[in-house]
Amino acid sequence: MFDSYTENTLQYNEERCINCGMCSAVCPHGVFTPGDTAAVLAAPSSCMECGACALNCPVQAIGVESGVGCAWAMISAALRGKDMDSGTCGCGGAAGSCCGSDTKEPSCCDKKENDFGKQKNDEDILVSPPV
Amino acid sequence: MTNPQNKEKSSCCSCAGGGNASASCCSIPADTETAIPKATSTITRENRLDHIRARVGINRMGHRVEPGLYRLGRPDVDSPVFASANYTLSFDALRSALAGVDCYILVLDTNGINVWCAAGKGTFGTDELVHRIESTGLAAIVRHRKIILPQLGAPGVSWPDVMRRTHFKVVYGPVRAVDLPEFLRTGTATPSMRRVEFPLRDRLVLTPVEFVHVALPALAAAVILYFLAGYGASLAAVAAVLAGTVLFPALLPFIPTHDFSTKGLILGGIVAVPFAASFATVPLLPFWANTAAALVALLLIPSVTAYLALNFTGCTTFASRSGVKKEIFRYVPVMAVMAGSGIILAILLGISRLFGVI
Ligand code: SF4
Ligand code: SF4
Repeated sequence: MFDSYTENTLQYNEERCINCGMCSAVCPHGVFTPGDTAAVLAAPSSCMECGACALNCPVQAIGVESGVGCAWAMISAALRGKDMDSGTCGCGGAAGSCCGSDTKEPSCCDKKENDFGKQKNDEDILVSPPV
Repeated sequence: MTNPQNKEKSSCCSCAGGGNASASCCSIPADTETAIPKATSTITRENRLDHIRARVGINRMGHRVEPGLYRLGRPDVDSPVFASANYTLSFDALRSALAGVDCYILVLDTNGINVWCAAGKGTFGTDELVHRIESTGLAAIVRHRKIILPQLGAPGVSWPDVMRRTHFKVVYGPVRAVDLPEFLRTGTATPSMRRVEFPLRDRLVLTPVEFVHVALPALAAAVILYFLAGYGASLAAVAAVLAGTVLFPALLPFIPTHDFSTKGLILGGIVAVPFAASFATVPLLPFWANTAAALVALLLIPSVTAYLALNFTGCTTFASRSGVKKEIFRYVPVMAVMAGSGIILAILLGISRLFGVI
């Protein structure tokens, strides 16, 4: 009831995983952990949709509609009659400082989707990620 | 970690090619070396003042480092290369953590924004990294093809793309720069180095900027309320804003429930109680007026605190966009109804006072 964060847009196709370990390395919340034959989706509800795993998975085994959860940006975009995900981010993160408004860049809450689901050409798949 | 003697050892190499460099890179030519600006690991008083100014939001977008390649210590062709954002806090955290390490630092142009936010924006991203690797001629300066990025830069960078375009391998270092010496020693980041935490200190450093954001409207509301309803109401406005911007970040993990809005409502409710109690016991007022005044505090303070608490989602590293959206649809209407009812009640009380009813 008082937890809006139980569901998110993270999808994982275990069959495609080549067990490179990259998702476990880049995830700051331990959502993925290394497994024997494939990455294990250990704590899916901890995902904050940063998109790091999807962007760095060499075989597109992960999909997520990424964006930064910033209420201020979403509300102000909605008030301006724009899409809620098009707002300009006003605050910071782990580095502990606000990133400020920046007129040159549209938003730090931009939707970024990878091409999850599309099979890439073999030569596009690099199988030894530098973890 | 490299040591100056490596220069001797590297004087007869055959370069590991790749990239777009015409690299005959046995040692760094003197002119190349001097052309690369030097950074130090020392954080000066001026740097610390800059950090304070950044923390309180003074000259918000002005805390920048010139993008490009820097050398720290006496790096050679085998020295590690680290990437950072051109935000002084990010760059200074990195260079101070690398005290005693001979290395290069590649500063990306993130418009003066920290690594995490810039990665979310894509300015700390694949294209900018590729551009900086190419424009600085990094492939001709080092003979390895490895660049160490902060882990929190990963949401903006695709290692396979960087690899394809530059032949440089991206290695993600730990979340915190302070763990870099151990990472360099062991060559690996432990699971705890890979996890982002949000300890009290990190939450507290955010509070000045949070407060500065709303200080002006809060001050205006306090002054107006002072003239309309007295110092109690004025103090209540300040308390609501302080609760949302300072107390809330400090107490975040200790307030029950998971949602920021409900946490804010709980905290605001607690802060409202003493004000409600004092408004409910104003002498010479009829019972209904005392009750209404107490209700104003119980409706307005929690809704203001909850709204500010909800806005704090953007400062954390664990609020997902889906979750924040859900929170907005669930609780903003509740906050709006509470605030609206509180304002209507306050106006009714004001009118009653104006017409001598109370
Ligand atoms: S999107 Fe971010 S938080 Fe979610 S699983 Fe991927 S790396 Fe972890
Ligand atoms: S990054 Fe992709 S391929 Fe590598 S372990 Fe994770 S899911 Fe598997």
